[in-house]
Amino acid sequence: MNYDRSELLKHYRTMVLIRSFEEALDGLFGQGVITGTSHFCMGQEASAMGSIAGLRPDDLVTSNHRGHGHFLAKGADSRRVMAELFGKATGYSGGRGGSQHMADFSIGFLGSNGITGGMTPIATGAALSQKLLHTGKVVLCFFGDGASGQGTFHEAVNMGTTWELPILYLCENNQYAMSTPTRQAFKQPSVAERAKGYGLTTSVVDGNDYFAVRKAVHDAAERSRVGEGAFLIEAMTYRLCGHSKSDACEYRPEEEEQAWAARDPLLLMAERLKQEGLATETDLEQARAEAYQEIEAAVQFARESPEPDPQTVADNLLVTF
Amino acid sequence: MAELFYSHAIRQALEEEMARDERVILMGEDIAGYGGAFKLTAGMADKYGADRVRNTPISEGGFVGVAVGAALTGLRPVVEIMFMDFLTLAMDQLANHAAKLRYQFGEQARVPMVLRTPAGAGRGYGPTHSQSLEKWLVATPGLIVVAPSTAEDAKGLLKSAIRCDDPVVFIESKILYGRRGEVPEGDYTVPLGEAKVVRHGEDVTIVAYSRMTEEALKAAEALAKYDIAAEVIDLRTLAPMDTDTVAASVEKTGRVVVAEEGHMTGGIAAEVVARIVESCFDYLQAPPTRIAAMDIPVPASPVLERAATPDWEDIGRAAAELVQKY
Repeated sequence: MNYDRSELLKHYRTMVLIRSFEEALDGLFGQGVITGTSHFCMGQEASAMGSIAGLRPDDLVTSNHRGHGHFLAKGADSRRVMAELFGKATGYSGGRGGSQHMADFSIGFLGSNGITGGMTPIATGAALSQKLLHTGKVVLCFFGDGASGQGTFHEAVNMGTTWELPILYLCENNQYAMSTPTRQAFKQPSVAERAKGYGLTTSVVDGNDYFAVRKAVHDAAERSRVGEGAFLIEAMTYRLCGHSKSDACEYRPEEEEQAWAARDPLLLMAERLKQEGLATETDLEQARAEAYQEIEAAVQFARESPEPDPQTVADNLLVTF
Repeated sequence: MAELFYSHAIRQALEEEMARDERVILMGEDIAGYGGAFKLTAGMADKYGADRVRNTPISEGGFVGVAVGAALTGLRPVVEIMFMDFLTLAMDQLANHAAKLRYQFGEQARVPMVLRTPAGAGRGYGPTHSQSLEKWLVATPGLIVVAPSTAEDAKGLLKSAIRCDDPVVFIESKILYGRRGEVPEGDYTVPLGEAKVVRHGEDVTIVAYSRMTEEALKAAEALAKYDIAAEVIDLRTLAPMDTDTVAASVEKTGRVVVAEEGHMTGGIAAEVVARIVESCFDYLQAPPTRIAAMDIPVPASPVLERAATPDWEDIGRAAAELVQKY
């Protein structure tokens, strides 16, 4: 695969942006500046950015409850994502959605959602539209290992593959559904192995390796686009934080956490870029500085944005009435 | 005017809308070759192709979600749920997704989907094939819920539902499928959200919908023999509910019976009565009365089923009592 250096650097910068976005959020929650909940994706930035790098810009993406990274990687405006976390009128959902419910159809992001597994059939329906309307686009559906226990996941995957739809089911297997380890919930912990039973083309990749994820998604997307049907990619990864902001994360072995921390996707990508002469330390330093600045600006934008008008609380429930 | 079965009127609406708009697709269990459990779509796959008349696996939660995603991205799916009881399997997709997407994502999001489903008792199908679960739906902001009682309204309301950019649950009646009614020629629609006065009277108002409208009209006919003039209102759309038409009638008659086929507790009749009490309490000459199914599963035996579900006699008796006592 030939890579465009400036694009790689941009993607590294976005991965740092995703990390620092959530680090900033963590601080803001701690200070009581923002309320509600958030599910951080720290440690999963490569599966988010690598996946989207493997797609074409106008391909479609659906996300889940752990969706900040997916949205930012797809090209969301970090200021409006932050404003949504602040519950402000300028947020992507005008303060109605919060952390788990944001969308921007203009960039092909069909939405994040708080029902585990809830978006898998919706993504499949979006893929049905692409097929029947001959758009040439594919749909990438992010979900986690936990969602693979839901009936909707199995039903959706079955339809996606039986109907030969242009869809990629992208499992970010971070090995814990909240506190429950995969091996405790499933006799067969591999999502890819289970999915094979539906006749799906599956693969397993190192989810912390941007390049591995990107290649797997790219290859599957281009095959799916020309009519080879549904694919499932299982990206093995790990949360470098708790399930949600209220989770102290006391259920995972320390050695396991340390081993995965050593494989932090930001470190892995930086090393690879330097080793292969695709970026210098100065380039990377500059990318990080830009990302931090962007987050500072996003926080400032969110702070200064107006609150939503309570008069509008019932607006936009229906188109017809 | 041509006379059509209620079921054929529904089929006509589907055919006309599919011919009018290529984005309209049908999905559901056994709807293609077999034509659906009630044969409403028989032959349509031959005419419109398997892509547009799509058999699904038995996966209500899955294919209702597929319809939500398809609706969000440019298609206008009409989904058949073989029996309303099976809607429970799709409630997450309806209540958590279809109903909320526009509210949370704003004007970029539209979910133009219709979910058609036959409801109600009267055929001895037993506890999981006879329910009227519309109360679950009207309690979910973001859904439009329609339940026509005549062939004319079934066709006109279904066409409106298909053209509407919101998620609509279209409740059909298994018993009414076999009823004939006059249907206007050509393309016409019936507006969503409007109740209809289907019989005029001054003594008592009977509010009903779907099959209970037929029972209410039978009751009104019987009451007329005793010189009681009942006004019958067919709600037609349950959400949003046309409270104004109901209130106008109650202000005139001062007495009201509300009839539904669903269970009594927390039901549609309870909602109608609450709205009447709030909006025209001063006009009431008698306590509003609910006629509904008993709060038990719908039993299979015809004898037990009749005992559990209301009919025209229950409605007529309640209306007569209101007029005589108050």
